[in-house]
Amino acid sequence: MSAEARVKFLLNGHPQEVPCEDARILLDLLRDDLHLTGTKRGCDLGTCGCCTVLVDGRPTLSCLTLARLTEGRSVTTIEGLTPPQGLSAVQRAFVDLGATQCGFCTPGFVVTATALLEENPRPTRAEIERAISGNLCRCTGYIKIVDAIAAASRSSG
Amino acid sequence: MASGPSRPLRLLGTKIPYVEGPLKVTGRAEYTDDIHRPGELVGRLLRSPWPHARLRSIDVAAARATPGVFAVLTGEKYPTPFGVLPITHDETALAVGKVRYIGDIVAAVAARDERTAEEALAKIRIDVEPLADYPDPQTGLSKVAEPIHARGLNGTNVQKEVVQHFGDVDAAFARAARTVRVRGSFVGVTHAFTEPLVTLAEATPDGRLTVWSATQVPHYLHRSLSEVLGIPMHRIRVIKPEVGGGFGGKSDPLPHEIVCAALAVETGRPVRMLLDREDVFFTNHGRHPTQNDVRIALDADGRILAYDIEAVIDGGAWSSFGTVTTYYNGVLAMGPYTVPNFRYRGRRVYTTKPPSGAMRAHGGTNIRYSVEVALDRLAEETGVDPFDLRARNALPPHSLTVNQFRITSTSFLKCLAVARERSGWDSKFRRLPFGRGVGLGCGFYISGSNSPIHFTPKMPQSTVHLKVDMDGGIAVHSMQADIGQGSNTLLAAIVAEVLGVDLERVHVQRVDSDVSPIDIGSYSSRVTFMMGNAAREAAEELRGKIVAGAAALLGVPAEGLEVGHERIHPVGRPDAGVPFLDALHRAMESTGALQATGAYRSPTLGGTFKGARAGTAPAYTFSAYVAEVDVDVETGEYRVEKIWAAFDCGRVLNRLAVEGQVEGSIHMGLGQLMGESMNYRASRLFNPSLLEYKVPAPQQMPEVEILLVGDDDPEGPFGAKEAGEGPLIATLPAVGNALYDAVGCRFLELPITPDRVLKGLDLRAKEGRRWKGA
Repeated sequence: MSAEARVKFLLNGHPQEVPCEDARILLDLLRDDLHLTGTKRGCDLGTCGCCTVLVDGRPTLSCLTLARLTEGRSVTTIEGLTPPQGLSAVQRAFVDLGATQCGFCTPGFVVTATALLEENPRPTRAEIERAISGNLCRCTGYIKIVDAIAAASRSSG
Repeated sequence: MASGPSRPLRLLGTKIPYVEGPLKVTGRAEYTDDIHRPGELVGRLLRSPWPHARLRSIDVAAARATPGVFAVLTGEKYPTPFGVLPITHDETALAVGKVRYIGDIVAAVAARDERTAEEALAKIRIDVEPLADYPDPQTGLSKVAEPIHARGLNGTNVQKEVVQHFGDVDAAFARAARTVRVRGSFVGVTHAFTEPLVTLAEATPDGRLTVWSATQVPHYLHRSLSEVLGIPMHRIRVIKPEVGGGFGGKSDPLPHEIVCAALAVETGRPVRMLLDREDVFFTNHGRHPTQNDVRIALDADGRILAYDIEAVIDGGAWSSFGTVTTYYNGVLAMGPYTVPNFRYRGRRVYTTKPPSGAMRAHGGTNIRYSVEVALDRLAEETGVDPFDLRARNALPPHSLTVNQFRITSTSFLKCLAVARERSGWDSKFRRLPFGRGVGLGCGFYISGSNSPIHFTPKMPQSTVHLKVDMDGGIAVHSMQADIGQGSNTLLAAIVAEVLGVDLERVHVQRVDSDVSPIDIGSYSSRVTFMMGNAAREAAEELRGKIVAGAAALLGVPAEGLEVGHERIHPVGRPDAGVPFLDALHRAMESTGALQATGAYRSPTLGGTFKGARAGTAPAYTFSAYVAEVDVDVETGEYRVEKIWAAFDCGRVLNRLAVEGQVEGSIHMGLGQLMGESMNYRASRLFNPSLLEYKVPAPQQMPEVEILLVGDDDPEGPFGAKEAGEGPLIATLPAVGNALYDAVGCRFLELPITPDRVLKGLDLRAKEGRRWKGA
């Protein structure tokens, strides 16, 4: 690795500059180098959505993203969506309505749902289902997840 | 054991959000792969590319000489066989002498990083003598040239044969008014939990070994590690962090767990073994591919006279839970009905494919599909409504089945009544236009296997310890394994309910074999029933001590006191009492921190014949589901519009969790019915990824109306029974029978893909059969 192989980006609102080989995957950088373990590794192939983060506000599969491509951009992980105290509206709804079971997919869903509500504050159930169709949950049958996202959309203003 | 509640329940029965929910929604819940130890090495596995081969030699010299490699392991170092059932120890941590499927572990490396580990694996040279592979269980029923295991019966690949006969089946068929025969065919499906298999192990200079693993049965892992590594159990510490789903796929002790621990022992360093998704698919242990053949005889009054069942079950390379599977495919077919004569022959056959094992509603799913389709046919052929046929044959409460299962509570008739009414059955069945239909499927499942696998039923299957100190926080220890189903929440809620305290006072501790008393884990839908009773007993003991403290403070006899909300007070007089903390502190004066223990022992159940204990349970759950479907007869695609799910799980303790289990079960059942398939070409698995193995998307979920109608079970905690597996079973036949109502075709091969629907429609057209005017 050359000395200048680094990446500079905004991570959860804070500037970061860290060593980064060209082939470094964003998920590995987040989990292994920066110890942000809220972003989960489910398949490494972009098929489960557990590793979803926001890049410039858009849901992005961090397991399929070269870390260097986030140069100069804003990356938000589940840690960045969590208020210092308490929970966000989406997180609160997921807890209250039982939208988590094993919880392994949950950070990815929360990230995806947060981006959806940012873009479309009053989504229909069909729009919610479309938005989360890249996230796999094997526990809930999705019903309570869709319920929670719908409830969060109602609770936010 | 106490049955019903002595006072109205305050917390139990409501929707109780999961206690670890805030950690999970923020990414702060700690799973095995989130835990790090200083100086960690990376463990990697070399898997067999051959389905069946004799290992002549394995040359690891170049791998061992690779800079950064700390250990290379092959099978001969740890040859002790293991397996989840003591009677079928046929696995080894790494292959010894032979490989038996594509994916069998041949060698393992611990290295400083992934790249070095992969480089070392690439240098391992294996010399083999390829052997005939046996992907088809039918081949293995007869003598084969090279049996996969020496323990195959009489030179075949048959791992287990079960033959049972109760009553006189031939005589029953001879006098039957109507008989039916259904032959079902089922591919393998797998758990597809989101968290991959992962283990972290560390051997320390004090002679101890600590293993963190994504397991749903920490106690069996503990035993297997001890057996294979030759380390006494008390020097091994097993920790279960949060587990990202299991569904049975993390219930066997798995070879990578043992290999990871062995590498830690060899190197003296922490070793992480994280399997990639492809490895998870090859590890499998999912639902068995199955062929079954069901004959049912009815008398002239529509009463079931007999079942005659055969099943050939594709076991893959190892036994796993297979002996249990073989029994279950027969004995779980009877309930919820009275079957006076029963004959079953089941054979589980080794094949050179990834092992099958236990998957949610283990052993009760495939056979149930065929039985319920057979009953649907019988109803049609005898001109009886499918609901009426089932109701006429319902097992009565407090009865014994022909194979001596003890039935206690059953609300099956209520399930039928409410499903019929809520679904609008009478106005829909055979009355919806061509392409639309409704179907009924019913289910029956064990609420906890009555027999602990590794010890006699005299030892408790579940023990719960409580400790409370001056802070008033109640620590709960138990080896029960929350894998997302909400058992931690239930454990905390039961303790809070009995003590009258707020839920936030109760802290369920992470499973750690050093401090958690044994509970045998999350399988056979046993946790609510068994852990729940143990938790209640422990909490009642603790309550007795704290009430004694209150009695001393108030100067009254303890018998006159009761527990209110965060208070202990004279019966009926909440104002006259003392706060929980005051009573606690008074009670602590002689001993300091208070402790209490509760345990659950299963009752003595079952007959004395061979295999009599298989399927015995202290209670059973019952279900009746109606599905409504809409078929596109041009494309063969169909949509399940709605499922009315009537389920008897006894008293509902956490409504949120029960709903979650029913909804998740329906999703998983629909997956198997509509498209999930482990696709093999000969012995090779061809779709080991979540892209090619199709779990249903959110858009494929039907509307679900959950109808929980159970009466209190006499032995369940507060009257409760299981809800983790039973709710899956009825999903499949309800949809299968609804498709028949929609288009007039029987689908006996699962999954029912659009092309199979079209084939069914073509066949019907060729036969010239009309259906609902089409």
